[in-house]
Amino acid sequence: MNRTLPVPMERLIPLKRPALYWALADAVVVAKRQIRQIPRVPDELITAIVQPVIIVLLFRYLFGGAIHVPGVSYINYLMAGAFVQSAIFASANTGVGVANDLKLGLVDRFRSLPMAPSAVLTGRIFADLIRNTVVILVTWGIGLLVGFRPAGTPVAWVAASALVLLVSFVFSWFSALMGLLIPSPEAVAQAGIVWLLPFIFGSSAFVPVDTMPGWLRAFSDHQPVSLMMDAVRGLLLNQPNTPALWQALVWCGGLLIILILLSVWVYGRRTSR
Amino acid sequence: MSIPPAILAEGVQKSYGKTRALAGLDLVAEAGSVLGVLGPNGAGKSTAVRIFTTLLAPDSGRVEVAGLDVTRRAAEVRTRIGLAGQYAAVDETLTGYENLVMFGQLYHLPGAIAKRRAHDLLERLDLVEAAGRLVKTYSGGMRRRLDLAASLILAPQILFLDEPTTGLDPRGRLAMWALIQELARTGTTIFLTTQYLEEADQLARQIAVIDRGRVIAKGSADELKAQIGGERLEFTLAPGSDLNSALEALRPYQSGEVQVDAAERRVAVPVTQGAQRLAAMVRDLDAAQIALADLSLRRPTLDDVFLALTGHTATETKSETNEVDKPAEPQFATRRPA
Repeated sequence: MNRTLPVPMERLIPLKRPALYWALADAVVVAKRQIRQIPRVPDELITAIVQPVIIVLLFRYLFGGAIHVPGVSYINYLMAGAFVQSAIFASANTGVGVANDLKLGLVDRFRSLPMAPSAVLTGRIFADLIRNTVVILVTWGIGLLVGFRPAGTPVAWVAASALVLLVSFVFSWFSALMGLLIPSPEAVAQAGIVWLLPFIFGSSAFVPVDTMPGWLRAFSDHQPVSLMMDAVRGLLLNQPNTPALWQALVWCGGLLIILILLSVWVYGRRTSR
Repeated sequence: MSIPPAILAEGVQKSYGKTRALAGLDLVAEAGSVLGVLGPNGAGKSTAVRIFTTLLAPDSGRVEVAGLDVTRRAAEVRTRIGLAGQYAAVDETLTGYENLVMFGQLYHLPGAIAKRRAHDLLERLDLVEAAGRLVKTYSGGMRRRLDLAASLILAPQILFLDEPTTGLDPRGRLAMWALIQELARTGTTIFLTTQYLEEADQLARQIAVIDRGRVIAKGSADELKAQIGGERLEFTLAPGSDLNSALEALRPYQSGEVQVDAAERRVAVPVTQGAQRLAAMVRDLDAAQIALADLSLRRPTLDDVFLALTGHTATETKSETNEVDKPAEPQFATRRPA
């Protein structure tokens, strides 16, 4: 082997810029890394895309005939639930990646660099937002194919999609927290979903809540995932549901603050061992 | 004013719950030197590296790297050090080149410079052909070289190598040793942890032996060897040969405490200049009418060092992370059918 190592390399000095600049610039570098991985580990994106397709087809054709929602076609009712639910499922990947980086020691390397520590999490979540945008677009596509016809203005539809993206952002942080708390990446994938199932299915996603028994209805009416779905549904079907929209936004904001603070705290503890 | 030492640790303590990882560690590495830290699993080597590289805060004690306090001036320390860990921390789903450019950008180098340095390092570490391949297709040795490359991006003053050859095959190990020796020649201060005495011997001018979070011996490889008595002549007596007369025959060569396994009829005698004196030792055994089932001369292992310094073997001090130490390869061995 003909190595040329003995010649000393020129010592390089890191650039000096404000901390906020690096928080963003480093997050972009980490996000680019995630985005590069998408075509190389295609199963992740494929699973995230297949999921809403199956849900839409299954409910539209298998259960759709048996469920009657007054005043609206079932597919039109279903889509808000499908959007929110697939955004939440797709977000579960965030934590798996976080747990993997910790397990493989990559986080240690990141922390020994002069980079902004926050970028390890924010970069990944930026990238997941981009992936979740693809999932939302695919859900639009499959919905329109099987008869979904939104009402109202395109502005409201874009707003609905943006709200779904915000929901995926919130649940990416939830998943990141799971990834920081649970050592095994395999277990993170399970845990991220299991705690959320009651919220996803005990909601207005697939059936109107007034068909439920009283106790379940009381839960479904007020839990955040239902409110998010109701708000999205209102925007998609031109039936503005202002109370649900406000409550959904407050929930998203509140959860974000709590989840980000918790994640930062757990990240500090988990990595200083 | 004299140049401050590259690494200075005084009375460093660190506990995880009730487990004491470091119990008052004192270390000094002069600028431009190679310091080898030798110890078994669980001795506190990795904890020390994590503290020196700002990943972990000590409970008490003083640590300065490049003259800077690691807790108060962590950000500045990070611009002067490189870390290559026990687990090759590179991204498997990126290519070797992409990994180095990414880490270069995260070292806050301008893009063009990060790219130039990535090409340069791939060439120096003999990874040019693999540069465009995903890391998951790399061999263990290639991964380690990439990991090392990532730690060299700034051409740092001080390089921390945490068990750089653990898990490598003998060829990979030799290649890594050659690289580390070349780096040391460029004037980089190298802090190296290892479980292998031979590795510390090959690479480090100064060696600190640590056990249970404390330095129990330090000095050059020769000084340590003088303490532990050089090589080991190991043999198994054939049936009918007398143990005491064998020990008597070898007494002139013996340089330390003899270990005897009476049940197995196995004996290990520490000797100096064993290779040169092997023929003489065998002649003397033969003259004393000792028949052997097995004979070998081997270099001392970590276990021998520990036995000599602490009275217990390295294996006995190991924590839950159990990894079998590979014995040093024998310099010379003869085997006869028993």
